[in-house]
Amino acid sequence: MSTHKLTAALSIFAVNFSCLAAGPNLGKPIDAAEIAAWDISILPDGTGLPPGSGTPAQGAPIYAQKCAACHGENGKGAANAAVVGGAALTNGIDTVKTIANFWPYSTTLFDFIRRAMPYQQPRTLANDEVYALTAYLLALNKLIGESESMNAQTLPKVRMPNRDGFIPRFPDKL
Amino acid sequence: MKNLVVVAGNGLLDRRAFLRGGAALAAAMTGYTLARPAAAAPLADDPWSSAPGTNVPAYGVPSRFEKSVVRTLSNPNGEPRTQHGRTPHHLLQGTSTPNGLHFVISHAGDADIDPEKHRLVIHGLVKRPLLFTLDALARYPMVSRMTFVECGGNSAPLFSREPIQASVQALHGLASCAEWTGVALSALLEETGVDPKAKWLVAEGADAPALSRSVPLAKALDDAMIALYQNGERLMPGNGYPMRLLLPGWEGNMNVKWLRRLKLVEAPAMSYYESRTYAPILPNGKAYQFYFLQEVKSFITHPSPGLMLKAPGFYEISGIAYSGNGRISKVMVSADGGQSWAQAALHEPVLSKAFTRFRVPWSWNGGPAVLQSRAWDEAGNVQPTRAQIIAVRGQSAKVPPVTAFPSQHYNGVTSWAISSAGAVSHVYA
Repeated sequence: MSTHKLTAALSIFAVNFSCLAAGPNLGKPIDAAEIAAWDISILPDGTGLPPGSGTPAQGAPIYAQKCAACHGENGKGAANAAVVGGAALTNGIDTVKTIANFWPYSTTLFDFIRRAMPYQQPRTLANDEVYALTAYLLALNKLIGESESMNAQTLPKVRMPNRDGFIPRFPDKL
Repeated sequence: MKNLVVVAGNGLLDRRAFLRGGAALAAAMTGYTLARPAAAAPLADDPWSSAPGTNVPAYGVPSRFEKSVVRTLSNPNGEPRTQHGRTPHHLLQGTSTPNGLHFVISHAGDADIDPEKHRLVIHGLVKRPLLFTLDALARYPMVSRMTFVECGGNSAPLFSREPIQASVQALHGLASCAEWTGVALSALLEETGVDPKAKWLVAEGADAPALSRSVPLAKALDDAMIALYQNGERLMPGNGYPMRLLLPGWEGNMNVKWLRRLKLVEAPAMSYYESRTYAPILPNGKAYQFYFLQEVKSFITHPSPGLMLKAPGFYEISGIAYSGNGRISKVMVSADGGQSWAQAALHEPVLSKAFTRFRVPWSWNGGPAVLQSRAWDEAGNVQPTRAQIIAVRGQSAKVPPVTAFPSQHYNGVTSWAISSAGAVSHVYA
């Protein structure tokens, strides 16, 4: 076969293959409404926060009922970590990291409570209850006032004390 | 025996002794735990040679004489907190971790997932959100690669201000290596299409706490995989059955197990694990964030605490080296606490972001010795000494329990002291 004919034959192959789909395409299209129940991601700017609200006073009884067994009365800690207080991070590299001394964003508190707590019954709290517990813990740590209500607008505005305490380890990987 | 050249202090021999010395020499040198009194009785058939053996099982398990080769468990009764199972490196050889001994960290137990009902959704900043069943993914072209997975908290006991006496399993057992097979994530993202605004993806598991981590999109498009198989069989439940995100060379916790959702987003979610757990505090009170990489590291597994040297003579020093930055290029071993070094032989093939076994023949003279290994990777990174990493990262204020995590991402040198009696202990040297 001459080079010319070979090239022609190859280009026929190329044309034939290019007519096929690029990949297996075995994924099933799904819309936002169908994903909604799983879509619990929240960004620090508040993107993804659901409707609802709660105050520290509303959160206190929920905490006592659903959280205190592991995290102690008034957040003082029990079998699991304390959720109030925290030493200065300059006390040592093994300083216990807490909401007050470490967590950079208030939205993480809502996100973690909603997705992972209570430990034995995760994702059973209503959004109002999650807002109320978030407000209760923020107030316990003196990060908001006793009567402040947390919702999708107010929560991302709570500035955490250690917000600027971080150094990206490998900025070129971000 | 002309190849038995001493190349570094305390009896370290030329690594090529193995390669050129022939079978007889190699046999003489494998006698680690084989050092036994010479047989005095005449040879005779044992019972297992005199009658047929046991029935072949449908799924094989190791010999009943290997019952001590198991993971150590931090929370065997499943109290409501994280469970860790650590790999017994001192009882294994080669570079691939058996599936039943692969390390596991589960923050709320191992999810028991029916594969028929499991779903993976990719959505967010994509052109076409898609749902994949396991059956659908199993029809995609597969990729396989050996790669290690290491917890960002592995080796944390070495941040203790005093050396904690514990086995290599307790100190370094939160790293394992397997051949993973699955679908390249880039192939799935090609089908969903990626909105140019997307910079990160948020991965989420189907476990009770819906564990969630943010991953830069560049890594997802580079070498990320939706892993379905581990050393040829489906993933173990503790390693994410029926599917996990595999990010070769990156922090174990980011390799989200029981993966059910990937959402493409503009900015990281700052989940609990990325904003709190895997952000190590520095001595000045600041903290590293987005550490991600598991940096170049090595440790000696043979000998190591718990293994005895029974008599002076020949031993093989061997261990594991790996780097999240690529291939291991060199491992040096010292028997005199870092005063002199011998280059180790690297078991082939040396694979990127995978365990590499290194070996050095050693003639132990029966005196005290301090064994160390130090690794280099192809990107030019060198494993720091403990003094070097502690100078930057600090050490714990007190001596923590061996199961505690005083900090994360320790990749410094580990030192084992050999006593005249042949016992191995953990030291800082």
